[in-house]
Amino acid sequence: MSKAILYDATLCIGCKMCEKACAEHNGLPYDDSIAAEAKTSEHKFTAILTENDHFMRKLCMHCDEPACASACPVGAFHKTALGPVVYDVWKCIGCRYCMVACAFAVPKYEWGSLNPRVRKCIMCPDLVKRGEQTACAAICPTGATKFGERDALLMEAQDRINQNPGNYVPHIYGKEEVGGTSVLFLSAVPFERFGYPSIDKVGDKPLPEYTGVVMNRIPDFVPLWAVILGGIYWLANRKNEVAEAEAIEKHGGVA
Amino acid sequence: MKIMNIKVTFWRALFVVIMLLGVYSACVRYFKGLGAVSNLSDQSPWGLWIGFDCLCGIMLAAGGFCICAAVYLFKIERLHSIVRPTVLTALLGYALFIVGLLVDLGRPWYIWHLTVYMNPHSAMFEVGWCVMLYTTVLLFEFSPNVLERLHLNWALKIVKGMMPVLIVAGVLLSTLHQSSLGSLYLIMHGKLHPFWYTPALPFFFFGTAIAAGLAMTIFESTQSAKAFGRHLELSVLVELGGALLVALWVNGLLRFLDYYHRDMLAKIIQPSYEAYFLWLEILLAFVIPITMLSFKKVRLSPNGLYLASLSAILGLVTNRLNVAITGLDTWSGHHYLPKWTELMITVSIIAFGFFLFAMAVKYLPIFEQGPATSQPVRAPQKIRAELPKPSHVAT
Repeated sequence: MSKAILYDATLCIGCKMCEKACAEHNGLPYDDSIAAEAKTSEHKFTAILTENDHFMRKLCMHCDEPACASACPVGAFHKTALGPVVYDVWKCIGCRYCMVACAFAVPKYEWGSLNPRVRKCIMCPDLVKRGEQTACAAICPTGATKFGERDALLMEAQDRINQNPGNYVPHIYGKEEVGGTSVLFLSAVPFERFGYPSIDKVGDKPLPEYTGVVMNRIPDFVPLWAVILGGIYWLANRKNEVAEAEAIEKHGGVA
Repeated sequence: MKIMNIKVTFWRALFVVIMLLGVYSACVRYFKGLGAVSNLSDQSPWGLWIGFDCLCGIMLAAGGFCICAAVYLFKIERLHSIVRPTVLTALLGYALFIVGLLVDLGRPWYIWHLTVYMNPHSAMFEVGWCVMLYTTVLLFEFSPNVLERLHLNWALKIVKGMMPVLIVAGVLLSTLHQSSLGSLYLIMHGKLHPFWYTPALPFFFFGTAIAAGLAMTIFESTQSAKAFGRHLELSVLVELGGALLVALWVNGLLRFLDYYHRDMLAKIIQPSYEAYFLWLEILLAFVIPITMLSFKKVRLSPNGLYLASLSAILGLVTNRLNVAITGLDTWSGHHYLPKWTELMITVSIIAFGFFLFAMAVKYLPIFEQGPATSQPVRAPQKIRAELPKPSHVAT
């Protein structure tokens, strides 16, 4: 079964323990100045965003059908059966199509490096494989970030909204966005305020399908178009052949 | 003569300066990284190099397959004399695109991964493969120039025998990757501004490639006639000008229908940041050249054709830059402008292209083929505007 992370912003106290645990698990630097950076970057895979007294987490959404994986020409990204969308750096050629393809602007780049990597949250695949929680979920003191089965977390999120409808906007972000994601959000304020695109904008259709409409037709198109073009070439040159043949025949007839 | 000499030295000096700045920028790129040489960032991961060098470069090199299709598939023999210079332009365009790509890619030393780790769902994968194969096809289509020069008649025979396959493969591969450049942007649903995001993007990219290829062929024929004192066949230009007019009408109409069916017509006439760029694009790519070419007088004048095609080229380049840069500005909340070193790499690649073109013309029989013309004129201004007999001006 596919795993997921549920982040309930109403339970978050903004302690940023998740940021610290994430940095430690991924071998990234973390200090007060990095804690103050309210955005994800090449050295920060998750960030707590603050607006007045509301919080929101930023991290990779781990889409069920990830745009990055579909876009990458060398297949450096893939969605694992357990949920995490992981990155194989040794395949990457650095085209950065994943960055422009992602609806949530998650992949970040090592712009200062001479052998740059794409950097993003990979949902602690080593821990998840061992049946453990992600580092951010394990450390969260209030249970705002919870790790578990996606189906179970979806039911729990819906229960929380039903039991306290006044506390939440009536929407589980990630349930249907871009065809569903393995990171789910609950919030008291609209998600768009933190830069998350609304479902009206990104839609509930997996992004790879927009390209797939065209790409899937190519295997049929290639032989068809080749035969048509070859046929045109043959006909165009055959006209000359026919003209020549007729000329010879006429000439021969006269002689 | 003196003025000519000064002019020549000025252009040569400018070329050297551009190349030196280009080499400096390339050094910054390979010793300090992409962040130091460019204004690319997490907000704008793609910039001028993808927008211009790749999207526009490939579009402007489309003349190669258009003219080959016209001459070898549709038997428009009048255009035969421009096959070689057009194939040369296309080959240079693709070769320099690959150079640009080696600058833009973060890990260019792994570019061969495209042939090992394949992801056929990726539009980028398809573009990469088609460009690789089509550049090979162009090398073969171009090779007679070199083989004739070296008098390798046996090799020439082999290449001529391969011609049917090369022509068909060239048109097939061009259809695929010219449209796939548009498919690259289909995944940016919700990101790319609705003025430019449409499911029809692959069709638009293919259509504009044909228009730009024709415009570029007119531009380049006129320009090389000026620069190299070559004969310019007015009949060829008139033919291309007519084709360009039709291509622009078709493209313009497709754009209109797309906006109409997506209920965008009311939105595109309202002033906004994106609308200004859209208006510029429509004005340069469609309104000006279509208006100009609608006059018979312009259609039959080398200068008129030159200016109309220049406007179309600028407009279609604006279109691609709008897709690649303007259309993503609002989404990223960040106005990207290239850094000067980033710009210098692009400019020096273009300058190097001009240099290679001049060298090829000097040492290879690029213009030597084709019929002798009745109007040996150096500058297009001197060509009298008269309608030639449809088949050829010669004899």
